Amino acid sequence: MEHLDFDFPGRPMAPPARSGAIVGVVSSGNLEVLIEQAPLNGTCRVSIDTAVQGYGPIWQAVLADFVARHALADVRISINDVGATPAVVGLRLVQALEELQQAAR
Amino acid sequence: MNALRHSYYEASARQRLTVLLDAGSFHEFLPPAARVTSPHLPALGLPVAFDDGVVVGRGLLDRHPVLVAAQEGGFLGGAVGEVHGAKITGLLERALADKPAAVLLLLESGGVRLHEANAGLIAVSEILRALLALRATHTPVLALIGGTYGCFGGMGIVARCCDAVIMSEVGRLGLSGPEVIETVAGVEEFDSRDRALVWRTLGGKHRYLLGEAQRLVADDIGAFRATAIELLTTRRPLELAALEAEQARLEARLARYGDCRDAADIWARLGVPRPERLPLLDEAEFHQAVAPALAGTKP
Repeated sequence: MEHLDFDFPGRPMAPPARSGAIVGVVSSGNLEVLIEQAPLNGTCRVSIDTAVQGYGPIWQAVLADFVARHALADVRISINDVGATPAVVGLRLVQALEELQQAAR
Repeated sequence: MNALRHSYYEASARQRLTVLLDAGSFHEFLPPAARVTSPHLPALGLPVAFDDGVVVGRGLLDRHPVLVAAQEGGFLGGAVGEVHGAKITGLLERALADKPAAVLLLLESGGVRLHEANAGLIAVSEILRALLALRATHTPVLALIGGTYGCFGGMGIVARCCDAVIMSEVGRLGLSGPEVIETVAGVEEFDSRDRALVWRTLGGKHRYLLGEAQRLVADDIGAFRATAIELLTTRRPLELAALEAEQARLEARLARYGDCRDAADIWARLGVPRPERLPLLDEAEFHQAVAPALAGTKP
């Protein structure tokens, strides 16, 4: 188990439709992403619990790419991971953001 | 929307609830943002899930208020830990006060979460106690089984303590799972890699023919929904006479099928013509094939 925290400077975003959303399942090769609005002085904070040790630089790269592609401000992302590949992580992050911005069905 | 078929088998617990209940009616208790997670898993170096593998809440089913719990098989095989079990127990106890039209349990579990040992065992017994206390007030509890991981161990017992069980063919219900049986009794007794054998023995069709599942439906969340609506008023009497009748039924079943070596032998003795073809039939064909043999035998 490894715990990782990352802070990214935010960029102004349209107010999300929902206060939070969750996607994915804590299952082998998968992860759950909980995304929430939070007062973080305009930044984006990501905290990760992962079953696989030693992949800090990869997480940093995947998250930096996600944050560069999407405007996020005052967003907290919490992740429970069981060895998801970077591609799966990237897809889940996009899915979580889409859910956050989608009005409740 | 109605023409769309949503596979129950492939859906996550949350997706199942979205389609099962009236659109937009689900309200979750202890949602992921509350972060009520297992206190035991971090000590073992294992990641937690924000909902501890079970989604509980209230919603509407065909405009009737219901309470629901949906286990997520993907997280530790849907196994019941301390928090996971407490959420289900709390839901059942809440039903005593809320008096919903029914409680729906979407079960998908290997049983007790071994990582949490005694806490998980106690959790299952608490679920059973709460379930029976609720049924004593005549609030029906329905079990829905059709997930990837089946319904085994303590949750298999919970399922059979409900008023009715709704299953799909791909759903599995049992006490010991295939691997457990093979490990304990040997591969000659039960080959857990023989998928046809596993589903013939533990799958929905066999459970339906034995009278352990009251309804067999297609692998479609909409079909589960329609059948749950139909069974909303189903109540299995919880009294001594009913238990004695069930005991007599089980004794008769043992006498009738006790020497059968395979589920197909039981189907043949039940009077189903060409029983070997049953696993190949879809739900409609299956019901047509078995209806004459089942006429009069259904409790």
